[in-house]
Amino acid sequence: MDTGEKLRRGGGRLCCICNDRRAALKRPKTLQQICRECFYAVFEEEIHQVIIKNQLFKPGERIAIGASGGKDSTVLAYVLSELNKRYSYGLDLFLLSIDEGITGYRDDSLETVKRNELQYGLPLKIVSYKDLYGWTMDEIVKMIGLKNNCTFCGIFRRQALDRGAALLKVDKVATGHNADDIAETVLLNILRGDIARLSRCTSITTGEDGPIPRCKPFKYTYEKEIVMYAYFKKLDYFSTECIYSPNAYRGFAREFIKDLERIRPRAILDIIKSGEDFRISTSTKMPEQGTCERCGYISSQKWCKACVLLEGLNRGMPKLGIGRTRGMSSDQMKNPKPTGAAKSIESKQCGSLDF
Amino acid sequence: MQLTVEFGGGLELLCDSVKIHNVNVNVPNGAEKLTMRDFLTWVRQNLIKERPEMFIKGDTVRPGILVLVNDCDWELSGQLETTLEEKDVVVFISTLHGG
Repeated sequence: MDTGEKLRRGGGRLCCICNDRRAALKRPKTLQQICRECFYAVFEEEIHQVIIKNQLFKPGERIAIGASGGKDSTVLAYVLSELNKRYSYGLDLFLLSIDEGITGYRDDSLETVKRNELQYGLPLKIVSYKDLYGWTMDEIVKMIGLKNNCTFCGIFRRQALDRGAALLKVDKVATGHNADDIAETVLLNILRGDIARLSRCTSITTGEDGPIPRCKPFKYTYEKEIVMYAYFKKLDYFSTECIYSPNAYRGFAREFIKDLERIRPRAILDIIKSGEDFRISTSTKMPEQGTCERCGYISSQKWCKACVLLEGLNRGMPKLGIGRTRGMSSDQMKNPKPTGAAKSIESKQCGSLDF
Repeated sequence: MQLTVEFGGGLELLCDSVKIHNVNVNVPNGAEKLTMRDFLTWVRQNLIKERPEMFIKGDTVRPGILVLVNDCDWELSGQLETTLEEKDVVVFISTLHGG
């Protein structure tokens, strides 16, 4: 078959931006039909505009890219290093990966990150649960089984990323959370009644009062476009679901978002907008931020959640800190702070970092 | 007709971890052309070895799975009504795995 025939068929339509080349995809955000080259240009330019408008970075900053080896962080590493060169951001970029110690999953995805280190010329730092906490996820699952394991993993990961960032002496961590992820998190926080998280989950930068702020350059970037970009550019990423993750609740929210997107792609941006525009009533009690007495990490309780979980593991009482028995000391039980954070954190699913 | 099917983004796990399949598919009796609608049924019956619900929902692919025919988004060519021809390349990529 000649290419002329394929052109006519494949929706032989021309790109609505350059009017020259054959359209290769339909943009979910605008419904425009555009060719590959114009897609690369608008995709990168939009992310650049988000970075500039929100002042995500300052010249001379050291930035760690939270790199899992998956599609989002791989595309983020690629695009950020391109934009850094193209627009002279003056950033020192690093890849920061967490090794949870999951055989057959993380060991494979870390191989992808190691290839990315060479492909993009970005120095890589890997911090492991084993080094930080003395336990791998494999060991934790052996002890506690497949219930609540995502709670351990999620809480440990969040802290591990901060610790790794401190070791790299970076000013900020950039993560690959995309528009679909954020819309999903808005819905989940509504479903859980988690007002504290609902009010900050749409922020493009979080933790500015904490040790190391985090930002989400892909806040307005559709997952479809990230995957298309990775596919067309033949970027090397890893795509296997964690072997320990049932992810049921988040899975429902995800599927619901994808169903909505099929009917009306704008829904994703609109859910984010709704999340941003929520007004939190002043009578809602928000958790007070303090520091953990044991490790100094931010915590609204006497001990941070990671220390409570770790204490349970080390004492052979892994249920400590799970479910309702959340305090470890009797005086804390007598005097519980009215906090939504500690309660809701139990139901956190693994996979991505929540804000 | 000869077609090439490629699975990516984790979908290959549903077909014995084989990413690229060179296949031979017949146009259904009485039909003039093979449409993506027919082809999805064929793929589900012949290539998907486990958890078909991860691939199909209702009469089409599960939302969150991207489909490209000859490297062109099938949303531009009529999705299920897209017709296939000899030596076409059909790619299915899941967007649902990991970040």
